[in-house]
Amino acid sequence: METTADMRLDGNAIGGLLREIFTVEMTTAVGTCNNCGAVNEVGRLHVYLHAPGTVVRCPACEAVLLRIVRGRGRYWIDMSGTRTLEMAEP
Amino acid sequence: MAGAALLGRLTWQAAELAELMRETPRVSSLFFNVPEWPGHLAGQHIDVRLTAEDGYQTERSYSIASPPEARLVELTVERLDDGEVSPYLVGELKVGDKVELRGPIGLHFVWRMGDQQPMLLIAGGSGIVPLMAMLRHRALGMHKPPARLLFSSRTYADIIYREELDRLVAMNDGLTVFHTLTREKPDGWKGFTRRLDAAMVKEVAWPKEETPAAFVCGPTPFVEAAADLLVAAGYDPLWVKTERFGPTGTVGG
Repeated sequence: METTADMRLDGNAIGGLLREIFTVEMTTAVGTCNNCGAVNEVGRLHVYLHAPGTVVRCPACEAVLLRIVRGRGRYWIDMSGTRTLEMAEP
Repeated sequence: MAGAALLGRLTWQAAELAELMRETPRVSSLFFNVPEWPGHLAGQHIDVRLTAEDGYQTERSYSIASPPEARLVELTVERLDDGEVSPYLVGELKVGDKVELRGPIGLHFVWRMGDQQPMLLIAGGSGIVPLMAMLRHRALGMHKPPARLLFSSRTYADIIYREELDRLVAMNDGLTVFHTLTREKPDGWKGFTRRLDAAMVKEVAWPKEETPAAFVCGPTPFVEAAADLLVAAGYDPLWVKTERFGPTGTVGG
């Protein structure tokens, strides 16, 4: 029996998707959780790909940081759970 | 080469299969000729995209097995029978065939030559792949930190890169490899024969006083159990980098 926890991936798995959107390397970008304030590199975030979209959660409190849905040539991005996102310039 | 891996747009490009090598009954290595390859770092991955005749596309991520020094980009892929992409890559794809790929991707789960912390690598099954890129890269270095690999496989026949790991150890350059088999062991087996536990980590892992750099890769439950054991052994969570492959390697499905 596979549980949701077994399906969990990490931010490394969406390095390609995030680079499509942000155009720079993102697994070493640093995000701050709007719920608990935890600060983590994207590579350490929890990622779930089995939903219709991509769901990214805080590894400390499991709050949703980011939701991305791609389709019909567009991206839909909900970042309301992310307080800040810091990344290197290209 | 390292700089090149950071820069540039991420674009899909055609890669031709140049060589195919069976590693275990379920795992093969695929060597791709990628004309515009910008170079990569040990631990990075690529995305592979397949397009069906009706236009349906699907993508999967695969860790790069080859070291930055290699000319061909090597992926080592486990065939998952219910997978969408891996049964095609391992089974149908022939030398001369092309797939679309993009990369390299990721700087978080990366080991660079010159990093001097003792290396602790923990792999479950095909989680060995990015760690092998690190060990192959390290083997070519002049001043290298000591390294320990703890590698969990189901059976002896399932040990990916078994002979090459033996050869790397025989170089006597500070690499120690510990195997554990979780399903069945051959006669005379001297390695571990159980799942990862605290006693095994205590025996294998560098003491925390050495401030090691740990890389853990494999199925999600394996990776999380290993990372928890390291933190319980006193490792700072920031020393432990993980890459989860999902329940049975979904990322590479």
